[in-house]
Amino acid sequence: MQHLPILPILLPMLAGVLMLLPPLTNTINRHRVFAVSVMTALVVVSAMLLLSSHQQGTQMYVLGGWQPPFGIVLVADRLSTMMVLLTSLLGLGAQLYACAGDDKGGMYFHPLFMFQIMGVNGAFLTGDIFNLFVFFEVLLIASYALLIHGGGKQKTKANVHYVILNLVGSSIFLFALGILYGTIGSLNIADMAVKVRLLGEHEQALAKAGGLLLLVVFGLKAALLPLHFWLPKTYAAASAPVAALFAIMTKVGIYSILRVHTVIFGEDAGALASIAIPWLWPLALLTLVIGAVGVLASPNLRLTVANLVIISVGTLMVAIAMQRESATSAALYYMIHTTLVSGALFLLADLISKQRGKAEDRYVVARKMKRGTLIGIAFFIAALTVVGMPPLSGFVGKTLLLQATQGMAEIAWVWPTILIAGLASLIAISRAGTTIFWRHAGESAIDEPISPLKIIAIAILLAASPLLVIFGGPITEFTNLAAAQLHDTTQSVDALLQGGMNNEN
Amino acid sequence: MEAVYAFCVGMLTTCGLFLVLRGRTFTVVMGLTLLSYAVNLFLFASGRLKLDGAAVLGQSTDYSDPLPQALVLTAIVIGFAMTAFVVILAMRSRADQGNDHVDGQIPTRPNSITASSKRNS
Repeated sequence: MQHLPILPILLPMLAGVLMLLPPLTNTINRHRVFAVSVMTALVVVSAMLLLSSHQQGTQMYVLGGWQPPFGIVLVADRLSTMMVLLTSLLGLGAQLYACAGDDKGGMYFHPLFMFQIMGVNGAFLTGDIFNLFVFFEVLLIASYALLIHGGGKQKTKANVHYVILNLVGSSIFLFALGILYGTIGSLNIADMAVKVRLLGEHEQALAKAGGLLLLVVFGLKAALLPLHFWLPKTYAAASAPVAALFAIMTKVGIYSILRVHTVIFGEDAGALASIAIPWLWPLALLTLVIGAVGVLASPNLRLTVANLVIISVGTLMVAIAMQRESATSAALYYMIHTTLVSGALFLLADLISKQRGKAEDRYVVARKMKRGTLIGIAFFIAALTVVGMPPLSGFVGKTLLLQATQGMAEIAWVWPTILIAGLASLIAISRAGTTIFWRHAGESAIDEPISPLKIIAIAILLAASPLLVIFGGPITEFTNLAAAQLHDTTQSVDALLQGGMNNEN
Repeated sequence: MEAVYAFCVGMLTTCGLFLVLRGRTFTVVMGLTLLSYAVNLFLFASGRLKLDGAAVLGQSTDYSDPLPQALVLTAIVIGFAMTAFVVILAMRSRADQGNDHVDGQIPTRPNSITASSKRNS
């Protein structure tokens, strides 16, 4: 049990390596069985980790016995274990879907998938910003290969942009780390949070530049307004399970902003307190606006879903910019909801485009789908959830978020923007639904069989939405505690440094 | 020493950024390489510049900060891997699209547009 915090990283890594070796690499079927069983195990491990960190407090895993702030640590607190569990669930859904045939487009789909899961889990669990960079690179290089999986002109073009943009982002990340190490003298998040308060006056400007450069990098990963142009094309070009998995990638950026800008540059950082907030406010609101415009302008379902991801990023950023516990808690609830439902929508869009023959998922009159009812029901649930209609989870998430604005001056900006973005997505998605399911000409399309695996995958991801409402009480209680843990420096900073010293004795 | 060092890092970054903003994949890859050199040098300097300082214990009386050197080592490895990937991707893109422009098509020049519009009018 002591080694539980490192398992979400080790398990996919070893699985990925094993899948490259002979007994497993020979047939795709062995890959599939092995990969699905490892992902199921990962879901169990993450759930156990979540429970243990919830009940016994934050768990720290000191790699190689080198104590923080000098060694590398993994920190499994409520927030990070929640994100790890979310990744495993989304990964399981995407992988089941891929097993129905999308993994045959090229070599080594499943090992790459595992390496990406490893990178994402590592980024969530690490307590050190240099390791955050390393895990970012691990997840990125796996995502480059996954994105181009299957090949084709469209994918290559999208991938060139995606790779170049992210490489520039990585350079900026390293510049920021260099500046922060040069001024603060540490890279451990908890230690930096302590040392940032003691900075001399002439070093504050430099540290501020470093902190804001980090915001640029995380904004790029999260698709914050001026840096979001890569997202719609990339997500629309990727194959469906990959796009579904990428739903967690923007959340890695959001998670990093949440970590760095509430723990290191949070309210207690003295002269450097809340440096990101004046930038985050307008950018978050404008991201919502541009997402709404994008949703209305999208010519096909995949682009619509990609733009819905941008709207969700904007919503989450607004919550982070509020910098209060209740808003963070609402953001965490919304994060679970939006990640799973956008994953499900990407899978559904693929299912629909396979059923409609040449028309794919474009909003044009096409032949009738043979299995329209089943897909239609799934699409209806997903649509209700994603635009935030009652009684499903999107509604609860947005309501919590809007409630959190109580008593703030910014309420005049937040309410209209979020609600109008919601209206825009409602219009866009209902247009999508009516065109795809109701407008058809000519006889029925070819009877394309649907693999039961695909249905199961979508059902797993969609089931999250009603479950999030039914178990809304315990889940919001948990997100409240997680948000409190993040904002309370005695828990998120002092306990870690203290804990390391206690272990030493 | 500091001034020369800073000038070198600044020059590399400027050239890197300029090349990254070009339209052809080859120049962009060159730019990314220059940027990663600049980043490595910059990270190296984040532990302060020092003459004759060993990073390994027991080698000298004067020590330099070993951490940036470990960071640079990691950054170099990652940088090489990424450069290798982007080179292969650029070749694949050249093969798939038929040209080496990052957008997949060579944009028409503004003066050729005006020439054709003049003809039309």
